[in-house]
Amino acid sequence: MRYAMAIDTRKCVGCSDCVVACQTENDVPIGFCRDWVSETVDGSYPNTVIELRSERCNHCEYAPCVRCCPTHASHYEEGGIVVVTHHKCIGCGACIQSCPYEARYSHPEGWVDKCTFCIHRVRKGEQPACAAVCPTKCICFGDLEDPNSEVTNVLKNRKYKVLAPEAGTRPQIFYLV
Amino acid sequence: MKEELFVSGRNIPDIDPFLNIWHWQIPLYLFLGGLAAGILFFAGLFTLLGKDKEMPATVKWATLITPLALILGLFFLFLDLKHKSYFWQLYTTMRFESPMSWGAWVLLAITPLSMVWVGSYMKEMFPGWSWKLALLDRFEAWTIRYRFYLAWVIVVLSVVLGIYTGILLSAFNARPLWNNSILGPLFLVSGMSTGAAVIILMSKSHYEKTIMSRIDLLLIVIEIFFIFHMIMGFRAGSAVQIAAANLFVGGPFTINFWVFVVLLGLLFPALLETLELRGFRVPAVVPAILILMGGFMFRFIMVEAGQITRYLY
Ligand code: SF4
Ligand code: SF4
Repeated sequence: MRYAMAIDTRKCVGCSDCVVACQTENDVPIGFCRDWVSETVDGSYPNTVIELRSERCNHCEYAPCVRCCPTHASHYEEGGIVVVTHHKCIGCGACIQSCPYEARYSHPEGWVDKCTFCIHRVRKGEQPACAAVCPTKCICFGDLEDPNSEVTNVLKNRKYKVLAPEAGTRPQIFYLV
Repeated sequence: MKEELFVSGRNIPDIDPFLNIWHWQIPLYLFLGGLAAGILFFAGLFTLLGKDKEMPATVKWATLITPLALILGLFFLFLDLKHKSYFWQLYTTMRFESPMSWGAWVLLAITPLSMVWVGSYMKEMFPGWSWKLALLDRFEAWTIRYRFYLAWVIVVLSVVLGIYTGILLSAFNARPLWNNSILGPLFLVSGMSTGAAVIILMSKSHYEKTIMSRIDLLLIVIEIFFIFHMIMGFRAGSAVQIAAANLFVGGPFTINFWVFVVLLGLLFPALLETLELRGFRVPAVVPAILILMGGFMFRFIMVEAGQITRYLY
């Protein structure tokens, strides 16, 4: 099993519903977020290209945050989902420094928090909250090792990119371009 | 031109717009670790060279502060933790992939050793000293007998500790300013130089001061070479590395770095030490204090500046 997400930058309208859905589903404290929407504007007027991306932890296959964690609080769960065990985390901040995507933050209660791919929902066979709620259905979540899954097929047929591949972390969020 | 903004208005404290998770505690921790490593290294080294009689401040007096520095360092690491009541888990796991983990273990090993070292000299330093416990007296006799072997262990561990203070940062691939292999040796040399400065401050013998000043001068030259080496390496590197070097070359840290670290922390004390070695009368405290301040500033600036360097996408 290898969970991954394909996110369509052409369909995203930047409504931030995924952000609100995540904050509600996961009780994210006010002022924090586990996913966010960023907009890059490339070029100069009038020849500009806009890209909208719903970003979150990339659940890297070779995750530096797991490597640098002194207590095994950051670890891999089934399907390569990277999760932080709250009662093992000492809040040293090493993983926050190690993430090229700045996907982690320090929870007011002390431990480090980030996207979990809604592992509690996935275990029940449901979609992550962001994918379930997206009005344009631009977030496609699934198992890359299943040849019939939607995410495998989408990646077969569309052009995609990952963010900062040169960081060497093998990110598992694919952006359809 | 590329512009990026968070449509969803992300503004997480300490993360946006720039990462600033580590404040003064971590550089202080690195500084104290490097300082203790430097003193212990020289104490062990001169014992191994059989010069312990000629170098009393190096081998005895300066080591008095190393247990204190190490414990304080660990305390500042503790202050940096955000989930403090779970601190003990650092010592229920060992992970060699994680510098945070093995560094904490090295500190745990070297702190008691530094105490044993100081303990073995207590009676020499304070003639009236008594351990009040027969067991401790026997332990002391034992440490004095095997001091030579203890010196070997201390020399090795202090080098590991000194390099570790740099590797803690350089292991982070996501922070281009830190992610260079010269940082470990650079922090080691800088730590040794601060250690030498403390020894010079505490020494009363002209012979010892001269030797340590010469060593310190050499360390400063190596440090300056490493710094240029690092910046040149960045400038010849990828876009993120060039951006990292530019923080010090024209960027927001230029003045702080070149004035407080390079000029006041390295070049000026080196000049004063050279004058002193040439026979001019320079109060030894001046270069020593400058070196200590420069050493702390260097770590502080590296930690602050490193956090704002990142991958661009
Ligand atoms: S995106 Fe960051 S937090 Fe997520 S797995 Fe990769 S390195 Fe870790
Ligand atoms: S902050 Fe917590 S999860 Fe992150 S590296 Fe430290 S102990 Fe591990």
